[in-house]
Amino acid sequence: MSTLIDILSQPAILVALIALIGLAAQKKKMSDTVKGTTKTFVGFLVISAGAGILQTALTPFGAMFEEAFNVSGVVPNNEAIVALALTDYGTNTALIMFFGMVVNILIARLTRYKYIFLTGHHTLYMAAMLAVIMAVAGFNTFGLIAAGSIALGIIMTLSPAILQPFMRQLTGNDNVALGHFSAVGYAASGLVGKLFKGSKENNTENINFPKGLGFLRDSTVSIALTMIIMYVIVALFAGPSFIESELSGGTNFLVFSFIQAGSFAAGVFIILSGVRLVLAEIVPAFKGISTKLVPDAKPALDVPIIFTFAPNAVLIGFFASFIGGIFSMVIMVFAGGVIILPGVVPHFFTGAAAGVFGNATGGFKGSIAGAFVNGIIISFLPVFLMPVLGELGFANTTFSDADFGVSGIFFGTLANYSGPIAITIGLIVIIALMAIPAKKKKSSHKGEEKAV
Amino acid sequence: MKILAVCGSGLGTSFMVEMNINQILGELGVTDVEVSHSDLSSAVPGDADVYFLAKDIADGGAHLGDVVVMESIIDMDELRTKVKKVLEERGIIL
Repeated sequence: MSTLIDILSQPAILVALIALIGLAAQKKKMSDTVKGTTKTFVGFLVISAGAGILQTALTPFGAMFEEAFNVSGVVPNNEAIVALALTDYGTNTALIMFFGMVVNILIARLTRYKYIFLTGHHTLYMAAMLAVIMAVAGFNTFGLIAAGSIALGIIMTLSPAILQPFMRQLTGNDNVALGHFSAVGYAASGLVGKLFKGSKENNTENINFPKGLGFLRDSTVSIALTMIIMYVIVALFAGPSFIESELSGGTNFLVFSFIQAGSFAAGVFIILSGVRLVLAEIVPAFKGISTKLVPDAKPALDVPIIFTFAPNAVLIGFFASFIGGIFSMVIMVFAGGVIILPGVVPHFFTGAAAGVFGNATGGFKGSIAGAFVNGIIISFLPVFLMPVLGELGFANTTFSDADFGVSGIFFGTLANYSGPIAITIGLIVIIALMAIPAKKKKSSHKGEEKAV
Repeated sequence: MKILAVCGSGLGTSFMVEMNINQILGELGVTDVEVSHSDLSSAVPGDADVYFLAKDIADGGAHLGDVVVMESIIDMDELRTKVKKVLEERGIIL
């Protein structure tokens, strides 16, 4: 019995077993089953290895930031925080992810919300965050997995749902949904864009915009460059004497900063490879099974699917969102407390998408204003999210995209009222609202937005 | 023959394109083509015979060699046409 528990409490073995079940259910060839199961197993261990590198690279940054400015500085990065979360919450994350997908299929099958969330890495990241929040809330193991899975299934459904009106406007049809956990920021951008309805004809794509910054789409390049800039600025403020005596063991403070910044990017690179291995079998299995069980479902797909609709808005949105991030950072400096540094990766992906939605509803001006608002949203949400993450709230990194913030704060706040009971009641209420058939559309739409 | 789908972070979009290409290969009854996905940094010339990229990162992947640029990543008809063309050029289907 204790051997069995030992086996199941090893997340690497657990995800491998989930992959094995998925492969067996699809009646794959023996060789493919062995290959897929092994890759999933190794992938999880790759993530842990990346987490180690990342932590080594991030700890000096935190120390330098505090020495320089007397407050803690946080660089939001999903991969970084998830890798740290998985070291302690790996088993629960794997189980919540698995059952969360089941709940997603059940909701799509039984209610009018026909969305199947196919962006596997975001499912994994959200599962990790829910595992942390439900544990901090005080659930026992069974309750934690049940509540986490139901919450995950709900979020996987509602995140695409609140964005669908804007997706319809953008794509001109209702067949595809967006599966990216920053939907609150995108919807906000779409709404802000509506304020500029008059200038809708003045589209971003009518402008000649320089394309030279496309290389930032390469995430290794953009992470390394931003971390180098941030590390060097903070190092200059912290001063050589502190760094060389306390952190670098005598190595020149700027050289040390360069290497640490590069190591951060290396850590993320490794984590991404691990995530890719872990998802390689699970996502196709989920896709295959969901198409069979919910044939009329709308697949919710990763964010770059909308980038081709307005390539200029992608770059404009990135800049506007990033400026929103810097603007928010300045406010935080004056307000005191933690400072959320604008990371290029979240602003690039979520800012770009916000720019596309803003452009769809309000043209060039809508694109700028919407993405700017998105930048402010993804900067301030982490400030309120971090306190509900327990120990992980003290890491120098956190979840970057808007839906993580909104759902984390939602469940965290419920937990602060009266722990597991409040969360359980909250989940029941949301499910009940979602079960209402389509005709009472107006009232249940309100519930949707609050819930996500 | 090997096809590599590429996107910015190598997680979602390229994975979806990989699954779609596999589906198309299945429809065509082609079995000896390997498909996988990758991020832009990891993809190097020689990894695959043909690379599938979306329009928005086409510039970043121009060095890869035989690159197929997709106007829309969600348009199965476009993808089907382009996969067929690649297979025909290489004599895998007639």
